[in-house]
Amino acid sequence: MFPNPIEKQSRGVQISYQALLPVVLIAWLLPLLAVMLFSIKPESDFVSGNYWGLPDTLEGFKNYGKVFFESDMPKYLWNSVRITVPTVIGCMILSSMTGFALGVYKFRANLWIFFMFVAGNFVPFQILMVPVRDLTVDLDMYNTVRGLVLFHVAFQTGFCTLFMRNFIRALPFELIEAARVEGIAEWRIFWYVVLPLMKPALAALAVLIFTFIWNDYFWAIVLTQGSETQPVTAGITSFNAQFRAAYHLMSAGSIVAALPPVAMFFLMQKHFIAGLTLGAVK
Amino acid sequence: MHSIIKTSFAAIVAAGITATSAQADAHALSGDLVIFSDMSNPAPRAVMEGMVERFGEMHPELNIELTVIDREAYKTQIRNFLTADAPDVANWYAANRMLPYVEAGLFEDVSDMWEGQMSEELASTKGAMTIDGKQYGVPYTYYQWGVYYRKDLMEQFGLSEPTTWEEEKANCQTYLDNGIKCYTIGTKFLWTAGGWFDYLNMRTNGYDYHAALTAGQEKWDSEKTRATFANWRELIDMGAFIDNHQTYSWQEAMPFMVNGEAASYLMGNFSVAAFREGGLDDSKLDFYQFPEITAGIPKGEDAPTDTFHIPSGAKNKENAKAFLEFVVSADNQTLINNGENLGQLPVNALSSVDDDKFLNEGFAMLSNDAPGGIAQFFDRDAPAEMAAVAMEGFQEFMLFPDNLDDILARLDAAAVDIYAE
Amino acid sequence: MTNTTVSDFEGPKRSWYKRNEIAVTPYLFLIPGVFFFAVYVIFPVFQSFNISLYKWDGLGEAEYVGLTNYQKLLDDRAFEVSLWNNLKWLVLYLLAIPAGLMISLFLNQKVVGIRLYKSLFFFPFVISQIVVGLVFSWFYDPTFGIFTKVIGWVGLEIKGGVLGNPTAVTYGIIAAGLWPQTAYCMILYLTGLNAVDPEQVEAARLDGAKGWKMLWYVIIPQLKPATFIAFVVTIVGALRSFDLISIMTRGGPFGQSRVLSYYMFEKALSEYGFRMGYGAAIAVVLFLIMLVFIAYFLWSMYQEEKGAR
Repeated sequence: MFPNPIEKQSRGVQISYQALLPVVLIAWLLPLLAVMLFSIKPESDFVSGNYWGLPDTLEGFKNYGKVFFESDMPKYLWNSVRITVPTVIGCMILSSMTGFALGVYKFRANLWIFFMFVAGNFVPFQILMVPVRDLTVDLDMYNTVRGLVLFHVAFQTGFCTLFMRNFIRALPFELIEAARVEGIAEWRIFWYVVLPLMKPALAALAVLIFTFIWNDYFWAIVLTQGSETQPVTAGITSFNAQFRAAYHLMSAGSIVAALPPVAMFFLMQKHFIAGLTLGAVK
Repeated sequence: MHSIIKTSFAAIVAAGITATSAQADAHALSGDLVIFSDMSNPAPRAVMEGMVERFGEMHPELNIELTVIDREAYKTQIRNFLTADAPDVANWYAANRMLPYVEAGLFEDVSDMWEGQMSEELASTKGAMTIDGKQYGVPYTYYQWGVYYRKDLMEQFGLSEPTTWEEEKANCQTYLDNGIKCYTIGTKFLWTAGGWFDYLNMRTNGYDYHAALTAGQEKWDSEKTRATFANWRELIDMGAFIDNHQTYSWQEAMPFMVNGEAASYLMGNFSVAAFREGGLDDSKLDFYQFPEITAGIPKGEDAPTDTFHIPSGAKNKENAKAFLEFVVSADNQTLINNGENLGQLPVNALSSVDDDKFLNEGFAMLSNDAPGGIAQFFDRDAPAEMAAVAMEGFQEFMLFPDNLDDILARLDAAAVDIYAE
Repeated sequence: MTNTTVSDFEGPKRSWYKRNEIAVTPYLFLIPGVFFFAVYVIFPVFQSFNISLYKWDGLGEAEYVGLTNYQKLLDDRAFEVSLWNNLKWLVLYLLAIPAGLMISLFLNQKVVGIRLYKSLFFFPFVISQIVVGLVFSWFYDPTFGIFTKVIGWVGLEIKGGVLGNPTAVTYGIIAAGLWPQTAYCMILYLTGLNAVDPEQVEAARLDGAKGWKMLWYVIIPQLKPATFIAFVVTIVGALRSFDLISIMTRGGPFGQSRVLSYYMFEKALSEYGFRMGYGAAIAVVLFLIMLVFIAYFLWSMYQEEKGAR
């Protein structure tokens, strides 16, 4: 283990390490803690210039109440859900299939198709922007959740295929061979042999894609507009226009917008980290 | 996609809003009406929602969907939705700012609406809505620009409203000597600096020169334009503007004046509502016309007109026209522009200007004291792309006045391309 | 989906399918994914190349202008500024890798509650860049920002605030971007450190290696896969920087914090623009920069694939 395990060192070192941890953590999260403080302050604090002192009066969740009941925030949150969930499902379906095809079979185009997915996954969004927008308009899906979901599913398939294919490669191939010897159809092998083994990968992928899509801003502003379709990342700019210079509300709004992926992360932490590293590190 | 702001009968009629009977029940409309609006600040938003509500009451069968989009974001989105997914009614601005959309065939010709009565009632703004003899929308409000200032501070230092450039600078020096900035401004979104240029240029060189410059007929690197910037620089060198203005929006720059750290604000009248909300009542807030600079030049004024249009791609054009007629009707104009709502000037000659200090002063100023001419605003008079480049230059100039040569050269280079089209 | 595929092949065709099952199946499984990906990602890349040769407002007829758009780029000062800023992003963003390594080394201990600490350190990565941008613009605020206060204590002042200063602004935004990116690299290294072979470490220790030497000669070589991924995601992240600029400065003051991705968007979709051809040309330049890295990534992967066979 590196660095030297702390428990092998002197008592003094151990104590100072334990003491240092929270200090470093607070410094690391300082910008975020500041926003949390803002979000529970009353408006009068900002008028009187009391930015960093203790709140004048404790507002508790009053600011959050305002965010939920006096703005379009709930609508935007709901849109984010309507965009994120179908995307996650679509990606899982498509990439489990492509991953299976590329991970199990040997055929000439295999590596080329795989590289196509990998390369496409890295291209800058801007080179897709004009044609994808046109395509979406032509399909009559501009400013619809559907149009945005379709693009997200397509684009994320690149990353998901990379992930799934590498995962399937690491599975014991003997299982598949054994099934073949039994004369089981290929699609049944996919369904009954490989898919059950992919559960951890699918879980990891679901959390990752959820986070990516929830946090997407660029495509949201290119393909949608207004509170009927836009997700919360785009909504927050609109929210900020409504409450410009109302820091207490803007910060409460920001925290609300950030909460779902954070919750997802804490609930599915194991899968999340597994996903980040397993999918990426071959 | 559509969640709907349905105006129910049971909806609470906001205090102070009485139902208007204008052209009501001529015939009840049915079907849909989709409206995109940029009226996202609190007061305009309430007005827009109020109009939808009242129009809905007149036409209970009509299904109205209103989407309010952030005003700054709207500017970048309008082309997108006009071409991709057009609503039935959309907000925009008059004159040159609507020209690209008219040329691209994205705004519907509504000349038929303007025949007869409407042309008389809206005579003052008809010109701003006309391109090649046709009208492409209707106005719903306009407002004066000018210097809003802290009356109590001015009295405290024994000053009075300046009428000349010398007085303006003398007043400013007094404020500065007392540790107060003369002007607050937030240039993050650039257009506020455009207002300063408009006034300095109109007062230094006159309205006609200003109009020619924004129309691309004059050079930026010229003695006259340089004179304008020289005047501007006098203020900059004095330290007249608040620090760090490039990081603030116009709203974020307001507290400086509300808290007494800055004495005045060159702004449009829409700011009055926000000032009042910030706690400045009429004993603390007042207004004066931007003072004379070059003696004898007739004063021109900025009075931007905000508008409604029907996109060519609209699906319910008849309903949209009815809504536009409702918007400009005398009663509605009186109501939405009063001091409790927009606090701006009605476009209909039959409407009454609310009895509000700022509205009265503004109306009088535009009617009697703007012999030079009425401009829309820098980013509405100049083509949009030129305005973007130029206003970026203005911001740079305010921070680094020494860069002027470079800025002017750049603007002239950009102008060659932009006006050639 | 799979069910219909199969029933299609029942009956007389079945034997042909049976004979070729292993050859045909992968293609059947690939069709939907490849179709979507081709339509939404691969073709658009080529379409953009094509559009960049036209003058087009997105509405009317496109006018073929050859390489004029690229020629204009050469004289475009805003483009030059954006390109330089992209370079700053590329270089400075890589700081996330050593920074992430340092934090992961700091946290790679087994004490009570360390799991929670690791999670909290990872926090910034989970939050949307939009929120990160907002958080940092308040952090930098010239009147009340903590950052301004802190550097004030040591007697420093950045004129105009970080985001209002044309020289400091890009560095300020990059710093904001480094926050989540460092967290990302940290988590990659934490997992990498788990996989470090303890026997090798012990062996090196017996040889007297410790501290920096140990890190450099024993640990870092073993972390190579993690470093590779960290490099990939950081480069991609640097060239995709859009959200932060859009929310923090909109490219200002006077365009000094623009990067290619933001400038392209401005030109192609804003009110002032709809210069689709010009925007596409900017996108092509950005793509070509990325292509250098994509080629390198694919080459590395190809080497590894070859080794695996």
